[in-house]
Amino acid sequence: MAILLNHVSYVYQAGTEMAVTALNDINLKIPDGQFIGLIGHTGSGKSTLVQHLNGLLRPTKGALYYDGEEYYSQGFDLKRLRSKVGLVFQYPEHQLFEADVFSDVCFGPTNLGLDRKEVELRAYTALKQVGIEDEYFYQSPFELSGGQKRRVAIAGVLAMKPDVLILDEPTAGLDPKGRDEILDQIKALQKESGITVILVSHSMEDVAKYVERIIVMNKGGVLFDDIPQKVFHEYEKLEEIGLAAPQITYIMNRINKELLPVSTEVKTIEEAKNEILRAMRLQHD
Amino acid sequence: MIRDITLGQYYQTESCIHSLDPRVKLLGTILFIISLFSIRNFSGYLVAALFLAVIIRLSHVPFRFMVKGMRAILFLLLITVVFNLFLTPGETLVSFWKFRITQEGLRTAIFMALRLTFLIIGSSVMTLTTTPNHLTDGMEKLLKPLQKLRVPVHEISMMMSIALRFIPILLEETDKIMKAQIARGADFESGNLIKKAKSLVPLLVPLFISAFRRANDLAMAMEARCYRGGEYRTKMKPLAYKKQDAAAYVIVILYLILTIWIGRILQLL
Amino acid sequence: MGIIKTSKLIFEYIRRDEDGNVEGITRAIDNVDLDIQQGDFIAILGHNGSGKSTLAKHINAILYPTEGTVWVDGKDTSVEENIWDIRQKAGMVFQNPDNQIIGQLVEEDVGFGPENMGVPTKEIRERVEESLKAVGMYEYRKHSPNRLSGGQKQRISIAGVIAMHPKCIIMDEPTAMLDPNGRKEVIRAARALHEVEGVTIVLITHYMEEAVFADRIIVMDEGRIEMQGTPKEIFSQVEKLKELRLDVPQVTLLAHELKKSGLKLPDGILTIDEFLYELERITGKQNTPGKMGIL
Repeated sequence: MAILLNHVSYVYQAGTEMAVTALNDINLKIPDGQFIGLIGHTGSGKSTLVQHLNGLLRPTKGALYYDGEEYYSQGFDLKRLRSKVGLVFQYPEHQLFEADVFSDVCFGPTNLGLDRKEVELRAYTALKQVGIEDEYFYQSPFELSGGQKRRVAIAGVLAMKPDVLILDEPTAGLDPKGRDEILDQIKALQKESGITVILVSHSMEDVAKYVERIIVMNKGGVLFDDIPQKVFHEYEKLEEIGLAAPQITYIMNRINKELLPVSTEVKTIEEAKNEILRAMRLQHD
Repeated sequence: MIRDITLGQYYQTESCIHSLDPRVKLLGTILFIISLFSIRNFSGYLVAALFLAVIIRLSHVPFRFMVKGMRAILFLLLITVVFNLFLTPGETLVSFWKFRITQEGLRTAIFMALRLTFLIIGSSVMTLTTTPNHLTDGMEKLLKPLQKLRVPVHEISMMMSIALRFIPILLEETDKIMKAQIARGADFESGNLIKKAKSLVPLLVPLFISAFRRANDLAMAMEARCYRGGEYRTKMKPLAYKKQDAAAYVIVILYLILTIWIGRILQLL
Repeated sequence: MGIIKTSKLIFEYIRRDEDGNVEGITRAIDNVDLDIQQGDFIAILGHNGSGKSTLAKHINAILYPTEGTVWVDGKDTSVEENIWDIRQKAGMVFQNPDNQIIGQLVEEDVGFGPENMGVPTKEIRERVEESLKAVGMYEYRKHSPNRLSGGQKQRISIAGVIAMHPKCIIMDEPTAMLDPNGRKEVIRAARALHEVEGVTIVLITHYMEEAVFADRIIVMDEGRIEMQGTPKEIFSQVEKLKELRLDVPQVTLLAHELKKSGLKLPDGILTIDEFLYELERITGKQNTPGKMGIL
């Protein structure tokens, strides 16, 4: 069990007239090695939630546990937590600051107080993990392409060797090519190293292919928490809160209602194709 | 959340003070400050206090918003009072150990405290009742004569209003970058001064880069919308004096004359 | 001649290293011929670096051709005295909603363009009012832009352009930084302007579902026009789009995959309705599976 949230609530500017409840009684279990999609529209509380996981925000009520240890309890090492639960913010390339790519990635592990050799080893591994070639290591990060910059920024967090990696909209502003590259890379990374990945997004379609669990947030609470197929099944409720299931869900539901008995619980085009073909064969046998 | 901070703390409501021309409020505030420095006795301050009380009442801004501005200068106020209280030479009133308070000291200390308090409250009435862009508009119009001396008045006011628009955005950005670097183990708090200054690099470099990028984008967007400086430009909300503005000028001038006159005639203290 | 026309447009920029020495020349736009008619809704697709933004900036006279010519409403953009006229006729909406709003109040921002053009005060107010109504943001006219959502900010930017009474609007990835709701809002506003006011729209995007509404799609790659045609024509070429690493709507992809498996579906299916209709057509016939082309 990596992270546990027990009745976590958070109120911005608590005690003033401008108080806003951003999280309302959240209970979650985030076990090791899962690939999770955290979905919600702007203002649903998903960003506030991930900042709690990383210890940047402290709950106004309730408690969080990392490996059984309560956050902010006596002797709790917040710095260690931040290295174990890595958080990559939206547009992370905006946080690059060093003169060259390699030094920037070294920033995180250096802050952990590791020796030079270990720092460099970690930076090297992290850059390799996100697919940055050696030739870019000593270039200024500001001269890279948008997609490359973002990967360097992600490497900056990976180099801290987190057990949980949280990415807030890692594909925002990228083109389809850049988006697929980043997500494929993250998936491969997750498979290889077995870390937990939480992908924050407002698009079901983008994450459907990758994640094994989807947590849908709305108005500061958890609305759904299940495997993607089951969550997509609630597409009517998703629409009510301004989200949408992947187009494929709508297609299968329409076919099922109007044409052929097909299973609506599919998440990829491939699955949908096979399901339609199967149903058609059945119909004509 | 940081975006909700309005600079100069404009208080949104409707009142006759709010609807005054910003030039009246700017000049009025300057005249009020002049009056504060020309007052020599308590009756003068009484007139000033009355005047201020009426203005605050008319502005429909809750009094606690005015006092909010005081908190920031409380320390400064205390120092001024203490210095004047103990360091002014004159007739001894009380003395203990090495300190002594003189009659003159007490008088100056009270005057200084009143002067500072009135000054802060007076100018916060102006900022609370005038939107920042109204203020810049007013300033541009007031400084217009300087254009003949080749002072780029339009450019200065455009710069000010752009700065006002982007300050909350940049504040929010600072918050975001700071959090992102903290997530990477950065420490902005501990250490000595040099270490602290050094730890700001991961914050300042991205912030500057972002500010430059925004400036670049904005310049392009302005050009695309046909911006080419102050020439040829018309105004959507041109400033024009109304009857009430003239009346306000008369009232302020009457007030100024009254305080000076009282200072001369009534030497109560 | 259409409202926007380019002839053999080439744009090159010089790359320099840190010391200012010339490293090489990059050709961002390579021989582009374009002719856009008044009243068209054009979508330009292509991944980052394909030259689509550079092309857009030529239409607004922010960039000038290295070779070739760009005409907007019959006026050559490289002629200095045409610039202000061209910028008024071809308005532009940019990607970042924060970095293009100048005013501290919504209405003041919308009035910025007309102020620059020297429109009389009374008319500015009328224009601001009608523009804000056209994008459905009139009730927000007294708000500070800082508190609006991304989609609302982009609609303000669109209103700011409409207030200049342009003949066409170029939107350079206006939805790239928005969430799905914001994207819908902006596209709805753009379509309404096109349909109701007859404004020519050039929408640059990498979201395929936004291009589906266009009269014509232009696909760019490496500075060249790679494909051009109606949405149906473009989305019929799934393999080619994949090769260019562009997205294809899931319904189009599914139809394409089913067709590859032997179903007799037509190319370029764009909507679920269309797909269902075609699927019904082939399943409706009570034929043996063999004749249907499965198996």
